[in-house]
Amino acid sequence: MTDDHRSGISLRVNGVTHRLTVDNRTTLLDALREDLGRTGPKKGCDHGQCGACTVLLDGRRVVSCLTLAVAAEGAEVTTIEGVEHPLQAAFVAHDGFQCGFCTSGQICSAVGMLAEHAAGWPSAVTADVSPDTPPPTLDAAEVRERLSGNLCRCGAYPAIVRAVIEVAG
Amino acid sequence: MNTANGAVGTARPRIEGKAKVTGAARYAADVPMPDLLAGSVVLSTVSRGRIRGVDVSAVRDMPGVVGVIDHTNAPRLNPKAGGFFGPDGQLRLLQDAVVPFAGWPVALVVAETPEQARAAADALPVTYDEEPHDTAFTADHPAGRPALTIFDEPVDVGDVEAGLAASAVVVQERYRTPEEHCSAMEPHSATVWWEGERLEAIDSNQGPFTIAATLAALFSLSLDRVRVRTEQVGGGFGSKGLCGPQLILAAMAALRFRRPVRVTLTRAQVFLATAMRPATDQLIRIGADADGRLRAIWHEPAFEISPLAEYIEGCTELTKTLYAAPAIRTNLTAVPLDILPPGSMRGPGAVPGSFALESAMDELAERLDLDPLELRLRNEPPVGPVSGLPFSSRNLVACLREGARRFGWDTRDRRPRLRRDGALLIGTGLAATSFSVGAFPSSASMTAEPDGTFTVAIGATDLGTGARTALTAIAADALAVGIDLIRLKISDSALGPAWPAGGSRGTTSWAWAIAEAAAKLREQDRRGTVTVDTGQSLGDLPSLERHAYSAVFAEVGVDPATGEVRVRRLLGMFAVGRVVNPLTARSQVVGGMIGGLSMALHEEGVRDPVSGRHVNADFAGYHIASHADVPDIEADFVPDYEPGIPLGIKGAGEIGNVGTAAAIANAVWHATGVRQRSLPIRLDRVLEA
Repeated sequence: MTDDHRSGISLRVNGVTHRLTVDNRTTLLDALREDLGRTGPKKGCDHGQCGACTVLLDGRRVVSCLTLAVAAEGAEVTTIEGVEHPLQAAFVAHDGFQCGFCTSGQICSAVGMLAEHAAGWPSAVTADVSPDTPPPTLDAAEVRERLSGNLCRCGAYPAIVRAVIEVAG
Repeated sequence: MNTANGAVGTARPRIEGKAKVTGAARYAADVPMPDLLAGSVVLSTVSRGRIRGVDVSAVRDMPGVVGVIDHTNAPRLNPKAGGFFGPDGQLRLLQDAVVPFAGWPVALVVAETPEQARAAADALPVTYDEEPHDTAFTADHPAGRPALTIFDEPVDVGDVEAGLAASAVVVQERYRTPEEHCSAMEPHSATVWWEGERLEAIDSNQGPFTIAATLAALFSLSLDRVRVRTEQVGGGFGSKGLCGPQLILAAMAALRFRRPVRVTLTRAQVFLATAMRPATDQLIRIGADADGRLRAIWHEPAFEISPLAEYIEGCTELTKTLYAAPAIRTNLTAVPLDILPPGSMRGPGAVPGSFALESAMDELAERLDLDPLELRLRNEPPVGPVSGLPFSSRNLVACLREGARRFGWDTRDRRPRLRRDGALLIGTGLAATSFSVGAFPSSASMTAEPDGTFTVAIGATDLGTGARTALTAIAADALAVGIDLIRLKISDSALGPAWPAGGSRGTTSWAWAIAEAAAKLREQDRRGTVTVDTGQSLGDLPSLERHAYSAVFAEVGVDPATGEVRVRRLLGMFAVGRVVNPLTARSQVVGGMIGGLSMALHEEGVRDPVSGRHVNADFAGYHIASHADVPDIEADFVPDYEPGIPLGIKGAGEIGNVGTAAAIANAVWHATGVRQRSLPIRLDRVLEA
């Protein structure tokens, strides 16, 4: 069903294709949570300011609260429920969370960040960004800078950084 | 206390850890519910006045709209309902046309979907007859009056005036802290429905039993007709201690429409309509002999409140106990303003109070030309300096000495503005802290199951504190069985009365009940079921000075060109009684220190003086520390044990926040030679100083 306010779309989430009709105003976050029952991504601010809603869109991290569901059609969406990554065990072992509300966003963001780093992307704290230089070692300063879009009010940052560095090896 | 199998004291990852890293953990807004309606809250845009009209006709026919609840049609609430401070006006939502502050809920729009409810709420015309407002906080405001004296009452021992007059050195300064917001990552959310004659709620809060009791009182229902559950809570920090607007409004809508209703606050609404820490303005006078022995402390804080609800920001708690001084005087002033009712935020009172006290102590050390660590050591009190009571356990000196050793304090040159790292000015600072310890009555029940496991039921809640994991270990040791035999049930008001997660008294209160229940079950050979309530045994606890302690050390780098302050090192040594789980306890105190760092450098609620409104009600405008702001942090525990409390535990939820801001501010002085007496230490304040 499609009218002025609603569109029929197909969303591929964690390897499964779903047909659904959404209000055109619906964000990817709300479609995942309200229509598809994928409540792992959290709505912490709905303004792209906290990162709790972070998911992977074709392997790239995005804040799903600032992504319209209709714009995600055709992409491969991965939520925390579809993530299987050593980061998860590392977060548990290092106690990289307390309340856990930001955790799915932190982990999805870290998965996307590791891929960005592997692809050679520099960050704002990378000393040498010339094209021929290999990507910088993911030390604590690099990890902190690259994950700064994900807020954690409990203050699990040091443990998160330790978990990510351990996995990044 | 049986600790033979040693679950207590062993580092263990959280029981719910896997659920939290796979997205399976369910928070209040995650629980699926058939036939669910969505409620969207409308907040007042004026700071004081009366509602002239709510034009429901403008939205009634919008798609999906089921109805609007406002002051003309809302269910009547019991005006006597309240909490710790008595009847609480901020709970009486939609009862009349009066607007007491900008952010006061004026309507709830209910629709079939969240988008429809939000669209109609945004479109709802609300008109006001505005009245002049006053939101400008000053310590000498003419409306200021003594704060309530339920706790942190004024004291006056010795002769303060004579002590100051006889002192070789006197520090007399004012310290200011702004409005600060708890900012838990999970916005408040409630889902309410009727099951027969019982009101059922899933709500993000810090204590389901007390919330259920308040809700029952508000709606004049007997307690057995209200049930509140709270499986996972995405942080609270004080803001979820009250029966929140999300729950009251969702209950109203469930009552009216007889369908399940979910109300989730937006982030802006969390800022505008849930508890904040009040701004404080604190005058301190400290006098000492030339050798650094204190003669007098006089601490006069003022803080803002709302006429709707009493509250005490107990800024002088540490002043009465931390240092030996023959004369101590304190008094708290409350200034009523047309603002969001302030409430508890992590480390209430102690956090802003310690910023003032520990900054003033650093200034005193400077003027005495004395090591600030040595100044603390010279003023260790043998008994409570105000109460005269003995200390149950006091390990502040151990925290100071061990922290200093690890931090490398011994080699510090105490003269300011001497160290550089490239263009940066480098400095170090410290603060000492305490936080009061105690327990409140709680009930618990324990059942020996036929399969050999034990069900432990207690109305506790886990906001991310690690309570689930800690209480499981405590129950296992108390029963002298392995932790795999414990089935812990928490987060449900139907489990009976229990103190909420707050005041750093959750674990002590709940552990006490679990220990008593286990003892009783063991008396009957671990068979059957027992239920206990700790009201009696808590009353038997001898009155002593009971506190947790810590010493916090900070190193900062200050860029003199930009005024930017960055924390390079942060170390805290803690005496928090017996540590139940070193892994999660360390996370708690580190998290608290990060809260203190955030307070020192970033957090400030800003009001527009013309409209009285809070203008930075989002995370772009109200900054909290992010990954890039936070260095690796060392936190550890000195051996400590609290006599009289089961297992010797004290509570670690808030002390991490206390003291950190002062340690950082003192380090900024050491780096720059300029005192920062107002928080946060913004770039402009560093540059203009």
